Amino acid sequence: MASNNTYNQPVGIIGAGSFGCAVANILAENVPVIMYARNPEVVDEINYKGSSRGIALSERVKGHGDLEQLAATCEVIFPVVPSGNFREMITKVGPFLKPYHILIHGTKGFVVELPEDQNLEEVKFLRKEEVFTMSELIRRETSVVRIGCLAGPNLAKEINEHQPAATVVASRFDEVIDMGQQLLKSERFRVYGNNDLIGVELCGVLKNIIAIAAGALSGLGYGENTRGLLISRGMVEMIYLGQALGGNVKAFLGLAGVGDLVATCTSRLSRNYSLGFRLAQGETLPHILGSMDEVAEGVNTIKITKRLADNYRVRAPITTMLHQVLYEDLPLEEALQYLMKYPFIQDIDFL
Amino acid sequence: MSQDPPAIKPKYYPPILPGHREWPVVRLAKNRKDFVSTVVQSAVASILEHTQDHQALIEELELTLFLERNRLRQNPWKVDPEDEEEFWGKIKGQLVHLSQENSEEARQNAQQMLEQIVSRYAEEIAGNFKQSRYRFARTLIIFGFARLLNAARLKGIKSLWSRELDLPDKIQINGEIDQLRALAKLGTVVMVPTHFSNLDSALIGWVIQHLGLPAFIYGAGLNLFNIGIFAYFMNSLGAYKVDRRKKNMVYLETLKTYSTEALKYGCHSLFFPGGTRSRSGMIEKKLKMGLLSTVMEAQRCNFENHPQGEAAKIFVVPVVLNYHFVLEAPGLINQFLEMQGQERYYVENDEFSNSYKIIKFLFKFFTKGSDISVSIGRGMDVMGNYVNDQGISFDQDGNKIDTSDYFKSLGRIQKDDQRDGEYTRMLSERIVSEFHRNNRVFSSHLVAFAAFQILKNRYNKLDLFNFLRIQPDELVIDYAHFLEVCATLRNKIFEMNQQGALHTAEHLKGKIEEVVEHGLYNVGLYHAKRPALRNKQGLIVSQDLNLLYFYHNRLQGYGLEQYI
Repeated sequence: MASNNTYNQPVGIIGAGSFGCAVANILAENVPVIMYARNPEVVDEINYKGSSRGIALSERVKGHGDLEQLAATCEVIFPVVPSGNFREMITKVGPFLKPYHILIHGTKGFVVELPEDQNLEEVKFLRKEEVFTMSELIRRETSVVRIGCLAGPNLAKEINEHQPAATVVASRFDEVIDMGQQLLKSERFRVYGNNDLIGVELCGVLKNIIAIAAGALSGLGYGENTRGLLISRGMVEMIYLGQALGGNVKAFLGLAGVGDLVATCTSRLSRNYSLGFRLAQGETLPHILGSMDEVAEGVNTIKITKRLADNYRVRAPITTMLHQVLYEDLPLEEALQYLMKYPFIQDIDFL
Repeated sequence: MSQDPPAIKPKYYPPILPGHREWPVVRLAKNRKDFVSTVVQSAVASILEHTQDHQALIEELELTLFLERNRLRQNPWKVDPEDEEEFWGKIKGQLVHLSQENSEEARQNAQQMLEQIVSRYAEEIAGNFKQSRYRFARTLIIFGFARLLNAARLKGIKSLWSRELDLPDKIQINGEIDQLRALAKLGTVVMVPTHFSNLDSALIGWVIQHLGLPAFIYGAGLNLFNIGIFAYFMNSLGAYKVDRRKKNMVYLETLKTYSTEALKYGCHSLFFPGGTRSRSGMIEKKLKMGLLSTVMEAQRCNFENHPQGEAAKIFVVPVVLNYHFVLEAPGLINQFLEMQGQERYYVENDEFSNSYKIIKFLFKFFTKGSDISVSIGRGMDVMGNYVNDQGISFDQDGNKIDTSDYFKSLGRIQKDDQRDGEYTRMLSERIVSEFHRNNRVFSSHLVAFAAFQILKNRYNKLDLFNFLRIQPDELVIDYAHFLEVCATLRNKIFEMNQQGALHTAEHLKGKIEEVVEHGLYNVGLYHAKRPALRNKQGLIVSQDLNLLYFYHNRLQGYGLEQYI
């Protein structure tokens, strides 16, 4: 098995955003890294200044603008691009990928595929078959089967500051988990494995909804009791949704579930959290989105998850309320009051 | 009896290999002794890999002994060798001795004992293929079946000598016949058919020879070898023996190794991936991973042993068999319902207890079985990618794929059992989806599905079991309504056919009244109680809801329920 050899081939990264840089820096402690960026200026910045959009990179990270060469050189590739660009990226690199490639992605969002005459804004319901996690999309668009994902409390800024942290590599293949562990682990970075790929992906995606809500609560000036309430109820909601979408409960109780949820719900470093915070302070959604330089995945996730929950009749009050706030002009205070009155009967009923 | 024109004109397919000598199965039979010893070595090695220390091996042997002695006491068969008691008695004596020690000598003794057991199993499993017998048996079967058929269909013993009707009239083979013939020359073919009737293997055997393909090996239930005449034919046709009573790890490992090694040898193989006949009448949804995993293993070894790319490729060809009438349906569906109910424990029994029953069964099958279709699906590689007639794999976008890449890491083929296990699961999902796609809808399936769903919808509050207990005479369907539902369903089925989700028989076209009549006439034609028919008042009724459920199940899994 591959884990018996020390892997020292160059590893590829697609995407030069803050999380991409964080992953690149961790990898660079073990192997040479080739980072693909669409924008030639960014490639130059990586190669000549040793940074990407101002984020410092290890000197073992080299920039590259050619996907074909990246695929030919690297057997293991980490795609870390926002879900909105994922399909475009994967169809571009798809023809160069072979079944021997291993892909471990770090994108926490959904991609929707609808018939040509429909669009997401207009449809009321979504079916599971129309919504893909990134691993499902990779499987559909390429011949790669050995697929994994990264999830867990991995706020990019803290990782770049070399603070201790851990991540989960999830895959149906032990081989992929072993590879991920070998490539990512270091003295300040632990790597756990999980075989429930879909479950772990769903954790990463769904927690962004709760993060927005957490930000909003703080923005309204509420304290820790309220946050505790939200996090635990949010957890239950994530589990219900996750089960409906084919994950199992266990993943949600691990590092990628509760671990990541706590981190994103308490930190201003989280984009989704700050989006909620600014919303509560009275800024409008278009204004916030216009001023952020990276995507807050949660916004789109709310839109998609609401339509899934309605279709499968899953109790998802937090998602529903946020949807009304973001897209139906419901005042945040009113949404909160509704949630406080929502008839939860039991604390825990998913175990 | 049939109102269809045959889908394809009966055609003669010349053998793809001119002589028998080149057949891998013939080569294998010639080297039987060497082959069995290869199997033993390889199986022992893999069992030792699973049981890493001495204690674990002893425990495995003890468990095997326990299970085998249980089997001998509780479920002995005529076909079991006479020295069975003696053999296991001896093992018991030695084992008691061994389990107390942990010396190097004890370790070697334990391994030797394992080897003894594995050799015994391998000898039992290995077929006794004889070329001369194959030719004889084949001629007899072709001649015999054809004549029997004539006698039955043209009524009268004289027609035993008539050549008027032949099997190809009765059995319609359609789908990717030419590709199958091409692939059998290029590499090793693994045929995976759906399984509804005990005579499926005979049917497939006939199809294989009719299409000019060399003999395929396949695992036949040991119970079939209980009967002298059957044993003779089975051995002659390249069958190896599978004993479903033996569920111990040592046996299963030996069986899998046998299959793997035969595939590596280049023997075309036939697996019923559902493992057993579909009790419910549904297309298999869950496949048995055991034998399928040998396909993965053999393919990986082939790639590993021939890194230059000349490795024999293995092609998986799904085959769907369709009947208007399954003789065993009443028994099968009852077993299914029992198993679904509280009966958790189900003993592998031996239905065919004597030659008389067998012959009666055969006669009924060929006299009474109405039309049969055999749909050959597109060939796939072991990862479920379609291959072209040159055996090259393509992904869904039409890009060439090198199948060996799936087994590579760091540029080399690497063994990884967990990965192979995942791949096997993925392959089984692909086979299930190909089964659905290649399923050929008959008029009888349509009427059974419509009738059952209409009736079931009236009793939404009842679960399946309570529903099936309703007295059938309470259940009638108005004919006009029935026609309407059938027409809607048929439109949907044609639509799905356009999208490539399933196939339809020729006879499904035409006026809906005629199609429904054809379906009602044929559905479960020779059962004492008919699953569905039109009574004297012109209403649709069922005489046996269980049977109706069985035939209806053929169209489960397409989401057609919503159109009722």
